[in-house]
Amino acid sequence: MVSLVWLIPALPLLGFLILLLVGPRLGEPVAGWLATAMVVAAFVVSVIVFIGLHGRADRTYTLSLFTWIPAGRFNVDVGFLVDPLSSAMILFVTGVGALIHCYSIGYMHGDSRFPRFFLYLNLFVFAMLMLVLGDNLLVTFLGWEGVGVCSYFLISFWFEKPANASAGKKAFITNRVGDWGFMVGIFLTWFTFGSISYTHFLPISSTAATTTATFISLMLFVGAVGKSAQLPLYLWLPDAMAGPTPVSALIHAATMVTAGVYLMVRINPMLHASSPWLSTAIAWVGVLTALFAATIAMAQTDIKKVLAYSTVSQLGYMFLAVGSGGYWAAIFHMITHAFFKALLFLGAGSVIHGMNDDQDMRHMGALRKLMPITAFCFIIGWLAISGVIPFSGFWSKDEILTYALHKSVGLYAVGLFTALLTAWYMSREVFMVFFGQAKWEENRPEPVAADAVVAGADAAEAGHDAVHPHESPWTMTFPLVVLAILAAVAGFINLPFSWYPHWLEDWLAPVTGRYGTVLTYSNTTIWLLLGVSTVVAFSGIGLAYLVFIKHRVPAEKVEPEFFLKAWYYDIGVSAFMGGPGRRWFEFLSWFDRTVIDGAVNGIGGLARGSGTVVRRVQNGYVRSYALAMTIGTVVLIVFILTRINY
Amino acid sequence: MIDTAVFAVCAAIVLCGAVGVVISRNPVHSALSLVATLFGIAVLFLQLDAELLAAVQVIVYTGAIVVLILFVIMLLGVDREDDLATEPLVGQRILAGIAVAALFGSLVLVFVGVNQHGLSGAKSQGAKLAGPLSNVTQIGRLLFTDWIFAFEITAGLLTIAVVGAVVMARRPASYEPLPEPEPMGDEAQIEDAAESEVGA
Amino acid sequence: MVLASLNPVSYLVLGALVFCIGALGLLTRRSPLVMLMCVELMLNAVNLTFVTFAHMLDDVSGQVIVFFVLVVAAAEVVVGLGIIVAVARRRPDANADDISLLRG
Repeated sequence: MVSLVWLIPALPLLGFLILLLVGPRLGEPVAGWLATAMVVAAFVVSVIVFIGLHGRADRTYTLSLFTWIPAGRFNVDVGFLVDPLSSAMILFVTGVGALIHCYSIGYMHGDSRFPRFFLYLNLFVFAMLMLVLGDNLLVTFLGWEGVGVCSYFLISFWFEKPANASAGKKAFITNRVGDWGFMVGIFLTWFTFGSISYTHFLPISSTAATTTATFISLMLFVGAVGKSAQLPLYLWLPDAMAGPTPVSALIHAATMVTAGVYLMVRINPMLHASSPWLSTAIAWVGVLTALFAATIAMAQTDIKKVLAYSTVSQLGYMFLAVGSGGYWAAIFHMITHAFFKALLFLGAGSVIHGMNDDQDMRHMGALRKLMPITAFCFIIGWLAISGVIPFSGFWSKDEILTYALHKSVGLYAVGLFTALLTAWYMSREVFMVFFGQAKWEENRPEPVAADAVVAGADAAEAGHDAVHPHESPWTMTFPLVVLAILAAVAGFINLPFSWYPHWLEDWLAPVTGRYGTVLTYSNTTIWLLLGVSTVVAFSGIGLAYLVFIKHRVPAEKVEPEFFLKAWYYDIGVSAFMGGPGRRWFEFLSWFDRTVIDGAVNGIGGLARGSGTVVRRVQNGYVRSYALAMTIGTVVLIVFILTRINY
Repeated sequence: MIDTAVFAVCAAIVLCGAVGVVISRNPVHSALSLVATLFGIAVLFLQLDAELLAAVQVIVYTGAIVVLILFVIMLLGVDREDDLATEPLVGQRILAGIAVAALFGSLVLVFVGVNQHGLSGAKSQGAKLAGPLSNVTQIGRLLFTDWIFAFEITAGLLTIAVVGAVVMARRPASYEPLPEPEPMGDEAQIEDAAESEVGA
Repeated sequence: MVLASLNPVSYLVLGALVFCIGALGLLTRRSPLVMLMCVELMLNAVNLTFVTFAHMLDDVSGQVIVFFVLVVAAAEVVVGLGIIVAVARRRPDANADDISLLRG
C-alpha cells in the first residue's frame, strides 16, 4: 500500500497536463471539478499510504523512481521518502488543497480564465507534494522552485492590473534571494557528505565539523526565511494578497510558506550538530518576526492584509518552536494554522465576494446577519487563532510557548505579548467586519485617506454600484464548514497532559524525537501555563471589544501610521532599490553593454579592420604577385645562408 | 688562356642579349636579342663538355621556340612599341630593383662560399662526365635507365601541351567581342572600391 | 677537356646574373610576349648553372636534368603562346595588367 506513494504527486500532475491540453475546451465548471477530483484522489491515496506506514516497523519507506542526474560521483535520484513527517504533511496538503479547489469553483465563477486557474493550482499541488515527499535535497528544491513559480503565476493571475503583475514578480524575486542560501546549502552538503539524500547524510550529520554543520544549517535557514516570509525577506507576502483569495489561502497560509518550516524540521539532526547560537538565532528571528508582523496587523484596513501579516506572525511562531527544539510542536502549529488560516482566508474571500470585491474593512460591519454561515465559520477561526480554549490554535500555540519558556524567559515573554496582540488584531477584524454598524451604504469603495472616509457619502455614486452583501454558494460554504470543524477539534490530536495520548508527538518521534528538546514540566506547571495563555487571549479580546464595539477609546489612537505603513520597512527597501539600487543596476548594465559587449564587438571590428587593410595585397596584378615571390625567394636564400656550416 | 677568352666573349654576348631582351621597346628586337643570348649559352655549353646539349639548345631553343615566338608576334601584330615610361603599379620598379639586387647578392654569396670551400656534393661514381664514352652515349644511357620514368612522363607532358594549345587557340564558335573593360586600376581606385565594399 | 685555368664559379656568377636580369625584366615589362622571353632567359640561366655543376661534380646527371628542363620549357612556351593568342584575339591591346579580375 505504501508503494502507491508515487500516485500522490502523479494525480495532480495528470490534472495539470489534461487541463493544459484541453482545459479551455472543458471550460467552466468541468475544469474545476476535474482539478478538485484529482486532488481528492491524491488525498485518498495519502490516507492509504498513511495507514500503510503504520504497519511498517521503522515507519520509513523509500521509493526511487528513476535516476535523474548520474554524473559520476554526483548521483541524484527522483525518489520519495515516506516517513512520519512527510505523511503528516501530505495529508493536510492534499486535504486542505482539495477543500480550496472546491471553494475556487465558486469563487472564480465567471472569470474568463477559469480553466487556467485550476491548471496552476494543480501544478502547485504537484510541486508542493514533490517538495514534501522528496528523499533528497534536490527533489525538495525542485518542488521549492515549483511552488515559487506557481506562486508567481497565481499571484499575478489578474495581470491586467500592473500592481498584480508587480506583486508576482516581487514574490518570485524575494524567494530567489532566499533560494541562493538554499543552493549554497545543497552544495556544501554534497561537498561535506558526498550525498544529498536525507537517509544518507542526516544520520551522519554529527560527523561533520560543527562550523560546517552550522554553515549548512544557516544557509538552508536563509532559504527558509525567503520562502516562509520571515524578517528580512517577508516583503512579498503582504503584496501577494493581490492574487485571488483561494490562492492566498492555499499558498500563503497553508502550504507554500510552511515549506521553510518543513525544511528546518527535516534537517533537525543538522541543527543539532550545529553551534547552539544558531538555534537561538532562529528562535529570536521567529519571535521578533511574530511581534513585528503583529504590530503591523493591528493597523491594517484591508481584510486580507491583516490575515497576511497574521500569517507572517504565525510562521514566526513556528520558527520559534524550531529554534527552541520543539520540532514536533512546529509541525503541530503548522497543521492547526493550515486549518484556521485557510478558514479565515476563505471566509474573507466569501465576505469579499459578497461585498462585490470590496476589501476595505471600514466599509463593512454587521455582516453576520446577512452572511450567517460565513460569519459563524470565521468566528470559529478567530477563536482558534486567538488561542481560546478548547480550539486548536490554543493547544498548538501553548505548546510552542512552553518550549520557548524552556529555552529562555525572554522568548516566552515576547511570544506571550505577541499572543496578546494576535488576539487583539483578530478581534478587531471580526468586530469591524461582522459586528458594529453597517457601513457599506455610507462609504463607497474608492482609495481614500483614512480621515476622509467617515466624512462620507458621495451621494451621486450611491446608486451605480450598490452593494448587497449576500451569502455565498454551497461550493464556497462547504469547505468553510469542514475547515471550521477541523479548526475546532484538531487540537485534540495532542493535548499536553501526561495522561493524554500524545498522538502527534509519538507519530513524529522517529523524525523529531531524537534531537528535540524534552520537556519535563509537571502537569501543574502545564495547567498554570495554559491559564496564563487563556488570560492573555481573553484580555486581548476584551480590549478589542472595548475599543471597537464600545468605542471607549477612539480607533485612531491605537492604529498609528507607523504600523499602517509597516514600520516603513517595505517603503525603505523600495526607495533604496529605486534610488541607489537603480543607479547600481544601471551602472552594471552600462558596464555589460560597453565593456563586455564592446570587447567582443571590438574583436570583430579589429578583425574586419585588419582585413580591410590586408586585402589590398590581393590586387589582381600578376606582376605584383611575382614581386612578392621574388622577395620570398630572397628571404629563403638568406635564411639558408645563415644555416650553412662549412 | 683561350678558355678565358672564349668565356669572356660569350659572356659579353649573353649579357648584351639579356639586357637587350629586357630593354627593347619592340618585341621583335627582344626576340632577336634572345637569339643572341641563346647562341652564347650554347657555346658555353660546348666549353663545359656538354656537346649534345649545345646542339639541342641551338636546334630546339633557337630554332623552334624563338621562331614560334616570332610567329606569334607577327601573327598578332603586337610588334607595336610598348609604353616603357609609365608604371601603373606604384613602387613596382623600385621594389623590383631592390629585390632583384638582393637576389643577386645572395646568390653571389652562395657562390663565394662555393669558391672558398668547394662544392659539398659527392662526385658521381657511375656517371662520370670525364669518362671514355662519348657525351651522347652517356646521356642516352642515363636517360633510358635511371631517368626512364621522367622521360616517359615528359613525353606525356608534351602531348598534353600540344592538345592544350590546340584547344586554347582555335577559334570559338561564337565570336563576340568582350564588353569594354574597366579602366586599368591605380591605387586610388582600388582603395575606393575597397572602401565602398566595406562600408556597404 | 678539363678547364685548367678558368674558375668554374665564374659560370655560376654569369648564370646568376642572367637569372636576375631575366627576373627584372619579368617584373618590369608588361607585354606578355616579352615576359615570356624573360622567363626563357631565366630558364637558360638555370641550365647553365646545372651544366656547370655537372662539370664541377663530374656527373652527367646534371646534363640530363637540363634535357628535361629544355623539354618542359618548350611545352610551356607552346601553352603560353596559346594563352596569349586566345587573349589577344578578344582584346588585341591587352597586356599583363589587364588580366586582373581575380582580386580581393
